[in-house]
Amino acid sequence: MTANPTFSQPSPLAAVDFVTEEVQEPLTPGQLVWRRFRRHRMAMIGGVGVILLLLFIIGGSIIVPETAANNTDLTASLAGPSNVHWFGTDSVGRDVFNRIIYGGQISLFIGLMAVILEVSLGTLIGGVAAYYGGWVDAILMRFTEAMLAIPALFLLIVLAKFIGRNVGQVTILGRTFSGSIGIVILVIGITSWMFLARIVRANVLSLKSLDYIEASRALGASNTRIFFSHLVPNTLGPIIVAATLGLASAILLEAYVSFLGLGVQSPTSTWGNMMQQAQSFLMRGAWWMWVFPSLFIVMIILSINLLGDGLRDALDPRSGRNL
Amino acid sequence: MWAYLVRRIVQAFFILFIITMLCFILTRLSSDPMAQYATKQAMTAADRETIRRNLGLDQPMPIQYIKWLGLALQGNLGNSFFSKQPVLLMIQQRLPMTLILMSTAEVFIIIISLILGLIAAIKQYSFTDNLITSFSFVGYSMPIFFIALGTIEIFAVQFKLWHLPYLPTGADIWSPTDPYQMLRHLVLPVFCLVCIQTAGYSRYLRSSILEVLGLDYVRTARAKGLSSRTVLFKHALRNAILPFVTIVGLDIPFLLGGALVTESIFSWPGMGRLFWEYAERGDYPVVLGVLLLTSTAVVFFTIVVDMVYTVVDPRIRLS
Repeated sequence: MTANPTFSQPSPLAAVDFVTEEVQEPLTPGQLVWRRFRRHRMAMIGGVGVILLLLFIIGGSIIVPETAANNTDLTASLAGPSNVHWFGTDSVGRDVFNRIIYGGQISLFIGLMAVILEVSLGTLIGGVAAYYGGWVDAILMRFTEAMLAIPALFLLIVLAKFIGRNVGQVTILGRTFSGSIGIVILVIGITSWMFLARIVRANVLSLKSLDYIEASRALGASNTRIFFSHLVPNTLGPIIVAATLGLASAILLEAYVSFLGLGVQSPTSTWGNMMQQAQSFLMRGAWWMWVFPSLFIVMIILSINLLGDGLRDALDPRSGRNL
Repeated sequence: MWAYLVRRIVQAFFILFIITMLCFILTRLSSDPMAQYATKQAMTAADRETIRRNLGLDQPMPIQYIKWLGLALQGNLGNSFFSKQPVLLMIQQRLPMTLILMSTAEVFIIIISLILGLIAAIKQYSFTDNLITSFSFVGYSMPIFFIALGTIEIFAVQFKLWHLPYLPTGADIWSPTDPYQMLRHLVLPVFCLVCIQTAGYSRYLRSSILEVLGLDYVRTARAKGLSSRTVLFKHALRNAILPFVTIVGLDIPFLLGGALVTESIFSWPGMGRLFWEYAERGDYPVVLGVLLLTSTAVVFFTIVVDMVYTVVDPRIRLS
């Protein structure tokens, strides 16, 4: 761990070394993390994958107008991949390639927002439980365990049915979206904070008894201050890792929810609801309708998972010893 | 140890209480069971009121909850609004099908992930290891419906076009004339479940074997001159497999819930599909019944796994 071994050797020669050798600036923790991350081949592959996919989605939506993604053309329905429609068309003649660009935006947006919600809920619940302890901890943790005991997809469906009534359309920045996007974000966020809460709780519990917290309290810092300026920043590493891996699973969950027809409603496309629409045309051989969206789902999730694994190894050098 | 057990069981009941309340509120408020009658022309408002009263829907929510809980504790989960059958009977009909599907899959999952994890760990960083690790990464990142639709496309749609013997994807699972009918129906869903689950398990097993192989006692065993086979199977694997057993043990009760997406795609009449079909219709006695059964299994299995773990691994002390 020591960046400059000269300082840790109390040999008589140390003083001489210290003078003759060029003194290296010790690396900051951030630099150490970046160095470990850079050496992680799989993580770099994942990072490049994420960047390429983002370029595809953002660049694609600059080149292709949104109307091209929602434009129906019944004369060209269920057409296979061709020069005109690279990834073919769906049952009402919409271009699958264009829909993947715009669907990707929505899928990633949902994933990102759901993770923000998940991290806020998890950090708050886990942190409060650990910090206050006693009956607050007992009740919050039993609640967490209760949520964990219900199979995830069952919980997701029940909650989606609970929140998801008919919602209208929302217009943001001149674009119209189905209001169901918000519901999907809520549903995924509310059903996936539990693991994060446990990680944060365990971390805060181990930090709580350290001397510097005691010192801070002796200086008269309030609970809120200790919580937000000492405990939360010091659990940031595990939170970042969990959030990255959580992003992958949120995108996957969006696909599952949409696949079951509870997700984002047409005409707004997501990678998940494109799969759902494809299912009815499976027996008619329209493979391009599901193969391309699935490939993009797999690519983005794979990239994010690789990235998350790399981050875990980089942020916590002990965890990645053998990987 | 006994004090610990008692405390855990008390906690378990508390957790189950939270679960039932949570599920009751969510399911009960999300759907109106009376909606199915709203479109019937022949029904007067008075008729609807009678039905509401007969179903007990006119009472305040807390009363409804307590009544439902009281009956559930006596083993009566109520009747389905749609099929009018007792929920318990419906579950009894679906449970064996889910168990057939899930236990077949689980056996393959455990065997294959053991083999893959072991090979990957022994040949660390070799071509085989990289191949297995890559495959498990891809499998881990894949939604199950991708594999499901893919296998249907290949083995059902294309095989039929090529006039090859193709696999069925739906329709009747039982056939009075053909005893192998069900077996053929099992192939594709089991294959999909195995692909997805094996990915995660084998990755986990690989890292836990590697961790144990780096410990001092393994080096001692090697230094004693034991063959690498003995070191691996008698010394390393025994300890490496402990966390794997826990993970599998904790996943087992979830098998009762079936595999919702897989069962739906392949029209397998299991618990997952039962849940999904009745959740869509807002038939809350059925939905609550399935939720209660699976989560009870999960809560108590967790305790059992913890207890078994102390027997298998005496280093763990419960407090």
